[in-house]
Amino acid sequence: MSEPEIKVGTSSSASFHRAPMAPAMPGGRASSSYGLSVTDDIDARIWERIKDHPCFSEQAHHYFARMHVAVAPACNIQCNYCNRKYDCTNESRPGVASVKLTPDQAVRKVLAVASKVPELSVVGVAGPGDACYDWRKTVATFEGVAREIPDIRLCISTNGLALPDHVDELADMNVDHVTITINMVDPEVGAKIYPWILHGHRRYTGIEGARILHERQMLGLEMLTKRGILTKINSVMIPGVNDTHLVEVNRWIRDRGAFMHNVVPLISKPSHGTYYGLTGQRCPEPFELKALQDCLDGNVKLMRHCQQCRADAIGLLGDDREREFALDQISTRVKFDTRKREAYRKLVQHERGDQLAAKLDANKAVRSLGSSGTLAVAVATKGGGRINEHFGQARELQVYAVSRKGINLVGHRKVEQYCLGGLGEKATLDHTIVALDGIDILLSSKIGDCPKKRLAETGVRASDAFSYSYIETAIGALYAAEFGGKPAMPTALGPSN
Amino acid sequence: MAFKIIVSQCTQCGACEFECPSDAISFKGEGYVVDSKKCTECKGEFDTQQCASVCPMPKTCVPA
Repeated sequence: MSEPEIKVGTSSSASFHRAPMAPAMPGGRASSSYGLSVTDDIDARIWERIKDHPCFSEQAHHYFARMHVAVAPACNIQCNYCNRKYDCTNESRPGVASVKLTPDQAVRKVLAVASKVPELSVVGVAGPGDACYDWRKTVATFEGVAREIPDIRLCISTNGLALPDHVDELADMNVDHVTITINMVDPEVGAKIYPWILHGHRRYTGIEGARILHERQMLGLEMLTKRGILTKINSVMIPGVNDTHLVEVNRWIRDRGAFMHNVVPLISKPSHGTYYGLTGQRCPEPFELKALQDCLDGNVKLMRHCQQCRADAIGLLGDDREREFALDQISTRVKFDTRKREAYRKLVQHERGDQLAAKLDANKAVRSLGSSGTLAVAVATKGGGRINEHFGQARELQVYAVSRKGINLVGHRKVEQYCLGGLGEKATLDHTIVALDGIDILLSSKIGDCPKKRLAETGVRASDAFSYSYIETAIGALYAAEFGGKPAMPTALGPSN
Repeated sequence: MAFKIIVSQCTQCGACEFECPSDAISFKGEGYVVDSKKCTECKGEFDTQQCASVCPMPKTCVPA
């Protein structure tokens, strides 16, 4: 694993040669023998660049962690779904951060986290405002981080309005991953999402503001593509406002070389104090989001493992450790130990080869059955691609769809932790049963007899027989048992008698 | 003449400090404050007051 060396401020002499942007899907899917291996539809050079980034690679998110440093609070746009005034520590949504950091504090915090969390591979500035607008703080932070930890990847998230002003500097700093939030390509739709923007020291409202934003977003995206910087487009799905329009957005961004499209559901509660929260704008239902994602599938790579994390999130996606790293607990002199990081990387390399092989085998087996049957499987996992979380401890379940096309991650469902202090809560279980609607099988490392029985009554077969197996291996065996007449692993789904 | 920030409504995003051409806004204690001696209301520089233009909260950055 030879990581490109990241140097700041040495644009031409940097020992990092960016490959020209290859099309996202060279040759199309038909050329691959497997439906969804991690490499089949991605150029090898691209894979090299995304394999450690949990947001850009679904596979990487099992192994690598990201850290957001909340250094950029100022914003040049008002969005109807955003309000940074209210932050409850239990709240996890973009734009929320408990403490704003100065660039110096941010660098110190990154070092403290990197020493303790060997999975850390990415440091990003995602607000709470806009990283490109509050640019000086973003730059100061990146320069400090790159100096201390040269092998870390830097990325930003932006609304795109100020992006074209800074694309050259981003390229010079080796910022290789940029996320732009694009919710519309039609200013008429934009006017319903953005009450105003600030551009060139002037506030613009309505369609005029949305048009400027749209033009700047498209320009910024084109400039990034030209420089070979990978872009992920986030779109907030707002029912009745831009939900159907996002198909059009998807077409525009694909034509301009976006690498990945991530449709996120609107998060809106009256208690968040946003315009949408106060006007009662509803959020999309999981099935609506999935239907939209399915009709976008095949154009540009779709992200389906997004956790809509906080602007100061730390750790693996879905396991926010932000609260472990309060600023006042971080000493001014952090000793940075790289040995843990190096050891972890070696381990991942090995484990990952195994997992990939297992995944490919399982997919091949499923496809070779040629069955028309389908299964929806929910999995409790702590990462590493294994079924390794207790049902009672899970706060979210990953959902896989299995068909003749192979085994596909199609989303995740939030559940409330069933076990609190060793006792299962009945009310929580009722909630979980609702969340498991449409699921055939639930896999976890352990599950008690009582919830197992309750789930069985609602048609969900729960099993802990595949404890610590690779997810795809277990699902493949179950599918074969169901539709291929082959036995699954011993005692797979039988009642635990 | 100057502007002021109503602290209870301020989200402390800091965009006003960032935009102020007169360097009149700074973070003190609990929130952002406008130095009335430095504030020019952007006269001669911009058509609109920059702090009020960028403030995400309505009626929070107002004439003193």
